[in-house]
Amino acid sequence: MNVNLKTQTTNKSLKLSKMKGLNQTKRDQIAGYIFISPFFILFSIFGVFPIFFTAYVSLNKWNILGDKTFVGFQNYQMLMSDPSFWKSLGNTFSIWFLSTLPQLFLALILAFILNQVFIKGKDFFRLSVFMPNITSVVAVAIIFGAIFGERYGILNYFLSLVGMDPINWKGGVLGTHIAISTMVMWRWTGYNSIIYLAALQSIPKDLYEAATIDGASKIQQFFKITIPMIRPMIIFTVIVSTIGGMQIFSEPLIFSGAGGGSVKQGLTMTLYLYEEAFTRSNFGYASAIAWLLFIIIVLFSLVNLFITRRINSAD
Amino acid sequence: MNSKRFNIGKVITYIFLVIITLISIFPFYWMFVIGSNDTSAINKFPPAFIPGSNFMENAANVFERIDFLQAVLNSFIVSTLVTFSVLFFCSLAGFSFAKMRFKGNKQLFIFVIATMMVPIQLGIIPSYMIISKFGWINDLKAVIVPWAVNAFGVFWMRQYIASAIPDELIDAGKIDGCSNFRIYWNVVVPSVRPAIATLGLITFMQVWNEFLWPLVVLKDTSVHTIQIALRNLNSNYYTDYAMILNGTFLATIPILIVFLLFSKQFIAGLTEGAVKA
Repeated sequence: MNVNLKTQTTNKSLKLSKMKGLNQTKRDQIAGYIFISPFFILFSIFGVFPIFFTAYVSLNKWNILGDKTFVGFQNYQMLMSDPSFWKSLGNTFSIWFLSTLPQLFLALILAFILNQVFIKGKDFFRLSVFMPNITSVVAVAIIFGAIFGERYGILNYFLSLVGMDPINWKGGVLGTHIAISTMVMWRWTGYNSIIYLAALQSIPKDLYEAATIDGASKIQQFFKITIPMIRPMIIFTVIVSTIGGMQIFSEPLIFSGAGGGSVKQGLTMTLYLYEEAFTRSNFGYASAIAWLLFIIIVLFSLVNLFITRRINSAD
Repeated sequence: MNSKRFNIGKVITYIFLVIITLISIFPFYWMFVIGSNDTSAINKFPPAFIPGSNFMENAANVFERIDFLQAVLNSFIVSTLVTFSVLFFCSLAGFSFAKMRFKGNKQLFIFVIATMMVPIQLGIIPSYMIISKFGWINDLKAVIVPWAVNAFGVFWMRQYIASAIPDELIDAGKIDGCSNFRIYWNVVVPSVRPAIATLGLITFMQVWNEFLWPLVVLKDTSVHTIQIALRNLNSNYYTDYAMILNGTFLATIPILIVFLLFSKQFIAGLTEGAVKA
């Protein structure tokens, strides 16, 4: 009875699919394209087109009203001899370096610790270290602006407890870079450590057990097992931090103010781009900055990928 | 001997964890401390470390300086609309990539993943030109439409749908004569609710916190989002930290509550996205 019913339905469905046959596959094809089209339409308008059009704008003198004159590579030539541009490049790299390296290293250690069996209250620690990541960049910049204040900042108060003179964080180049890097670190270390933690949990436990039996210390295990095993994740976080770090904008704008402060100590490339475009209406010049920044990011990601691969395969 | 050394290691580990936790939480607490004291409290040496009684007064100052409620409302409108739009279009595209057979499916999906690595912000000048051509400067549409669908969401939904929904279920729907959209709406959407919830949370939070693009296209105070309003609160020539940090605290609280309520989905969502990529 049951079997009969089943064959009946199969027959029916066979008939149906034969009847619709080609029609159905075609309809599936069309529906498939329609369903994905919103992404591609929007991405072409606000993703692909702007990136290429930026290149075109950069070859013109172009103001906010749309008046333009073709000037070829003049904007790029001017950039090459523009001290502000070089300063912004230096600042961007310095902040990127100061924030990313310690951040990822700390995140690794944190993840390694949170992955230890004996740790109690893991959920609580995970939650707390992740919390900074949901705070808006603007809020972070304001809070740390208060913490790093010269006269009343709480950090200088702590320094005074150990007998140090107050530091003018906002005024100096290094001070500003440290303050901004601290904001980035505070917001992202927990996030990265949770990502590493997820990767760590996929490492087979017997690897560590075998190493312990062989007498390897925890630190040896960290460098010989943990790091090589989560290499893909390290590459991923390095690249993402690089792309993010090269585009740092909100923190310096809020911490150092317009122009990046008195000696442009907080002027990053994206901040310079923003001010050229939307404060001084030099769309052409700003586009040249954008395009150079784009090339730097691509090159830098490739170099990162190459180096990280090299280091790991050398092991 | 050996066990004692091990214990010391444990203690150091815990101390390290507690310090990191304190550093993570302290700024939230500090924001509340300063935001609830009077302005002179921060000028004292040593500064205040316990909450004061001036919270309401500072909040009143915040409301006087900026149109806080309007800004929150704007942020809420933008975040909500973007979230619904992202959920709809991304799950639809995700369904298509996961379950529908069409030419170039795989290649197009790889392209979508690749676009996640492109720093879209660098196209900000042409994007601004497009928006002003549309006449959308100082219009919330300027921040809603460009964010209506994104690569991360498509990727996220595709991975989930591919693993959560058996092909047989889709085929059964087709045999019953359902259109592809009916299958999506009646079969796919109900079975991927957890993924939709997680993506919704992440999207809402990211849009709520967005700063550069709204700063460029929303210039009039009536359309400012909360992040832009906060930035204006923190003006350079007059720094009443009690008021500024009070406003920052007020603006952070909604998202913090959402996070604490749904922390599991949040953390799972943000990390799985990375792990799967």
